[in-house]
Amino acid sequence: MQQHIGAPCTPLVKVGDRVLRGQKIGDGEGLCVPVHASVSGTVTAIEPRPHTSGRMVNAIVIDNDFQDKSIAMTPNDAPLEQLDHDAILHAIREAGIVGMGGAAFPGNVKALSAMGHVDTLIANGCECEPYITADDSLLRTDPEHVLEGMDILRQVLKPERTVVAVEDNKAEAIEKIRGILKEHPGIELVILPTRYPQGAEKQLIQSVTGRQVPPGKLPVAVGCAVFNVSTYAAIYRAVRLGLPLIQRIVTVSGEAIAEPQNFIVRIGTPFHDLVEAAGGLHDKTERVISGGPMMGVAQSDLAVPVLKATNSILCLLKDVNGAAENPVCLRCGKCVSVCPMRLHPTYMYRFTKAGRVDQLQRLNVLDCMECGSCAFTCPGKLPLVETFRKGKQMVREASAK
Amino acid sequence: MKLTVASSPHIRGNFRTNRIMMDVCLALVPALIVGIWKFGFRVIPVTSICIGAAIVTEWLYCLLTKSRNTTLDGSAIVTGLLLAMTLPHTVPYWLCALGSGFAILFVKCLCGGLGQNIFNPALAARAFMLLIYPVGVTRYLTVDGVSAATPLHHMVMPALPEESLMDMFLGNCPGSIGEISALALLIGFAYLLYRDVISARIPLAYLGTVAVVTLVFSRTDAPVQWMLYSLLSGGVMLGAIFMATDYATSPATPRGQILYGIGCGVLTVIFRYYGLFPEGVTYAILIMNAFVWFIDYMTPIRRFGTQKGGAAK
Repeated sequence: MQQHIGAPCTPLVKVGDRVLRGQKIGDGEGLCVPVHASVSGTVTAIEPRPHTSGRMVNAIVIDNDFQDKSIAMTPNDAPLEQLDHDAILHAIREAGIVGMGGAAFPGNVKALSAMGHVDTLIANGCECEPYITADDSLLRTDPEHVLEGMDILRQVLKPERTVVAVEDNKAEAIEKIRGILKEHPGIELVILPTRYPQGAEKQLIQSVTGRQVPPGKLPVAVGCAVFNVSTYAAIYRAVRLGLPLIQRIVTVSGEAIAEPQNFIVRIGTPFHDLVEAAGGLHDKTERVISGGPMMGVAQSDLAVPVLKATNSILCLLKDVNGAAENPVCLRCGKCVSVCPMRLHPTYMYRFTKAGRVDQLQRLNVLDCMECGSCAFTCPGKLPLVETFRKGKQMVREASAK
Repeated sequence: MKLTVASSPHIRGNFRTNRIMMDVCLALVPALIVGIWKFGFRVIPVTSICIGAAIVTEWLYCLLTKSRNTTLDGSAIVTGLLLAMTLPHTVPYWLCALGSGFAILFVKCLCGGLGQNIFNPALAARAFMLLIYPVGVTRYLTVDGVSAATPLHHMVMPALPEESLMDMFLGNCPGSIGEISALALLIGFAYLLYRDVISARIPLAYLGTVAVVTLVFSRTDAPVQWMLYSLLSGGVMLGAIFMATDYATSPATPRGQILYGIGCGVLTVIFRYYGLFPEGVTYAILIMNAFVWFIDYMTPIRRFGTQKGGAAK
């Protein structure tokens, strides 16, 4: 019931109800989008279950009858010009679409807040974290869905420039997009160097437009709106085919997985089913991560489900983690030179340890997006990201007073 | 199966403390070879004693304070080796051991250990040795045991040294073990840059400043030659590449590093022109060390999103 940033959904069904695939089973008011059944079957429980965030979150448990009976879908073939933006936004909301790159912000709200303020619309196909290839695989198999989705959002936002941004290591995806670009006049393909964190929203906007989003502001402040390529494909399916968001592509990878691959997965599938489908885990598996190796969240329980924003399940062996045996800051300044937000991790670390909130504010610790670049580079293996989370918390608490 | 839950990131680069220390040592090898070739066998025990005393001191410190044994992180080796580089090969062995122990105990460990010290341990030890036994660290001999004046001794006159510029570049002149050959030091510099251990900012700002100041305020009628001799003589090359770039005692912001290099350069020339000793690198860097935190504070990096061109249309 909590697959997006905002208020959780309230269940619309009760235990014992029979549900069909695509049926709306949860919805709510305010910053909230509905959740749909991804299989047909019977509701057996509505109770807190493990969530990828590490918390227990209210969930609707459906006993799958494996008949996969769907609700009736209503395709919409009307020409683009005849689609009115209210209808499009309504369809996006009703399909339960959220940002599928990881942030899971309700799609209709983001599009609505961008209306009239945006001159550049960007599709994020950068997928910069190592191991993850879910977006790449989408661009290789269904590039038309992505570009169709972009056409639909252009209809709403009326940008001057529409860009699909892809990193230069995805040659096949680039070829595929080039091949169909002619059918989508007005969409531009921008190829960016493969570099972490290219796919971070603010960094992507800078790479594409040269503009920097001011601290604490959203992309709208510089006239940009960014959606993940998977989100565009979901928008296409919602608006054109009437399909709610009940499936997505998930990368199952890492050294601890026997057969790493991408799957098209129904939302709600437990991690252990996917791990098994990929040949199972190595005996020495140390971590299973929801998301990428740089920013993903380590899981303790593989019963957690795939959510709308789960792009990857990453399984790592002990030796790739390089745990800190004795973290020591050399003051080498490597963290300073790699920080994409242009912060000063050396001093942020020291002052967090010393509890100096005033200094942390001066160092703009809240700008840190926890991308992990500093910790990755640090020769002393300092727990930088962890420490900065604490530092940010300290600053927030101090400002709340 | 037991799964570990820990903070992201879940992977790390292979840039490690020991690797950095090893790279610094490797970068000093050309200079060490020139030292052995030029001054003979005594360089080996001098260097070994400096390194050995550094390691033993750190080990004893860890043992006595019951703290984690940090001897093997390689930084003691670097300190010992760097100290040896700044000494003449005639230095008494007991003085080597004393200086090296001082560097590790007082300048590094008691300041909080690796990365916490304010002053460069090798240079602070050299300054200490210069005060307690000046003759020990300033007696320059040729291989044949003849007392020799270093090029810098001529330059205090002020006069241009006897050696040709090419001799000075290759290291064919008297001086401290590791400072004589600019070529060997530049090879080490190139290696450090290639391995991404240091950035070129501090050495270039330092050497550039020395070049400009000595060119403008030349003490002979041949300013260009005076400038070149100033760059090639004494320990300025060794200091700029290996001492001023010490992580713990240099600024971490790009603008701060340039400012720091300029400060080192200006002080070096002032000390050479007006100081008691012919060379001023040691004190120039030590004084600038004291300003490092202040320099970092004064040169904040421009926060993302506050640059020009970031404004909305």
